[in-house]
Amino acid sequence: MLVEAEELTRVYAMGDTVVEALRGVSLRIASGDYLALVGPSGSGKSTLMHLLGGLDRPSSGRLVIDGQDVASLNRNQLARLRNTAIGFVFQSFHLLPRTSAVENVALPLVYRGVPARTRRQRAAAMLGQVGLAHRLDHRPSQLSGGEQQRVAIARALVTGPSVVLADEPTGNLDSATGQAVLHLLEQQGAASGAALVLVTHDHEVAGRAHRQVMLRDGLVVS
Amino acid sequence: MRLAEAWRVALGALRANRLRSALTMLGVLIGVAAVVALVAIGTGTREEVESQVEGLGSNLLLVFPGEAGVGAAPAVSRLSLADVDAVVRVVGDRERVAVQVTSGETVRADTASRFTSVLGVLDTTPQVFTRDLSRGTYLTRTDVDTSRRVAVLGSTVAEDLFADRDPIGRQVTIAGVRFRVVGVFAPVGGQGFGVDRDAQVHIPVTTAQRLLGTDRIDALAVRAPDLDTIDELGERIVATLSERHPDSEFSAVTQEEIIGVLGDILGILTWVLAAIAGISLLVGGVGVSNIMLVSVRERVREIGLRKAVGARPRDIGLQFLLEAVLLTTLGGLLGIALGVGGSLLAAAYSPVPATITWWSIALAFGVSAAVGVAFGVVPALRAGRLDPVVALRSE
Repeated sequence: MLVEAEELTRVYAMGDTVVEALRGVSLRIASGDYLALVGPSGSGKSTLMHLLGGLDRPSSGRLVIDGQDVASLNRNQLARLRNTAIGFVFQSFHLLPRTSAVENVALPLVYRGVPARTRRQRAAAMLGQVGLAHRLDHRPSQLSGGEQQRVAIARALVTGPSVVLADEPTGNLDSATGQAVLHLLEQQGAASGAALVLVTHDHEVAGRAHRQVMLRDGLVVS
Repeated sequence: MRLAEAWRVALGALRANRLRSALTMLGVLIGVAAVVALVAIGTGTREEVESQVEGLGSNLLLVFPGEAGVGAAPAVSRLSLADVDAVVRVVGDRERVAVQVTSGETVRADTASRFTSVLGVLDTTPQVFTRDLSRGTYLTRTDVDTSRRVAVLGSTVAEDLFADRDPIGRQVTIAGVRFRVVGVFAPVGGQGFGVDRDAQVHIPVTTAQRLLGTDRIDALAVRAPDLDTIDELGERIVATLSERHPDSEFSAVTQEEIIGVLGDILGILTWVLAAIAGISLLVGGVGVSNIMLVSVRERVREIGLRKAVGARPRDIGLQFLLEAVLLTTLGGLLGIALGVGGSLLAAAYSPVPATITWWSIALAFGVSAAVGVAFGVVPALRAGRLDPVVALRSE
């Protein structure tokens, strides 16, 4: 099993009030799974995605990602887990400005200590797979929204992650472009064997997943 | 992340904000330039003063009324030529004893005139102090014994009064009295502790005393036969003078002691100057700290993204720390260039002496790098500790 989550809670203290974003969520994700996390805003789906991505640690419960117990990892080990096991795709792309497409894609490899030449080769190959072989040295500002998100997909997959987490990946794109990007994500995810987790409140998008997990008020409702 | 990669990223970030980086660097640049230039001037002054004192001649013993010491009030001299004769008997050789009566006077030749220091001296002066003539002869014993009105001019005085003409045999008036020029000194150059020896005029001490209406002697110098007995000789001279003037105090200091004391004072002065300049370097460092904090805040999203793809806190911290160090060391290098350039210009085109010392350059560079680390560490830690969830969410 790739991800095992048991009775996860995440509690934030905001001043005097305590916010329970997750109130006991259990979830299992296997390799090759295609899962959609759906729910209205404030349901806790973003919080769950942060936990699944190793960006945050649960307040209680057990979370094992790729065989590693997240609660026992320090910040450096958590960073390593994100680098090796997770690939992120964000709604707002999160590309570094003033940095070429190929360098953006190569960024995770920088933190893995891959030599510059190899980095560029692998990043360029990955950009080729998402259909941007002709845009290697373009900067994000010179690319369309769909192209930017494809760069982000290439960045998420360049390390060969076990889980790809996509947070509203079509949210900033028109529907045709969104469809194309989603199709690419599914195709590349399937090709790499990674589990794909979509976070979305778009039912049409969620409908494409093999499995839907519905969250409400910090609990899984279906 | 490899260090080379971190340098590349830091350099890229500085390039992205060229004007801001340049202005931040300027603070450090000015501080470092000030340290280098002021240390150079301090060191140069010290070397020049030391060489001036050394240039007076070796084995010198200076005898004067009052207590020796920095800040001691100048004492009124009660020395007279009779005391000089007593000192000569102690030394055993008249040729080794020189005296001085000093007065500021206007010296005239035809239409040209110049206010300068006129020294009443013995004919032994060139033997006691190292002093060469470029023309004519020095004062003779007969000139002194018979109070002749003859003068030897310093090189700049001769130039000011006579320009291209040969002054030997010509007349000058000093305080309204006519003198015949018998010699001109070779230039010695430099200006140590306010004494310009090229601007002096020497006349016989007996003539000077008559001119000034006094029988006092301001100072007395002895060239000791060797360094081993110089202290003992000084004590004997002071004892003899104290015997003759029981209610007065006298001091004898060697040239080495003067160089030591002056060197110490100027050494301290150099450090004080460097410390003051160092304060401006600190202010520059505060500027770096400030800009780095702004830079961290501006790039929260970038930090969040880097963390999401696997940057550890220390990778992020290192990136920002190197950025700060790069700012201060680049500023430091430019500051060194400016400081060295300024010092060389000052030394070449102004009377301010300046000597570049390698230790001051190394120190300035080391300090500027250290300033980068010291003032970059807080912003860097802050960047490294940013919560990636919060960082990614910021818009």
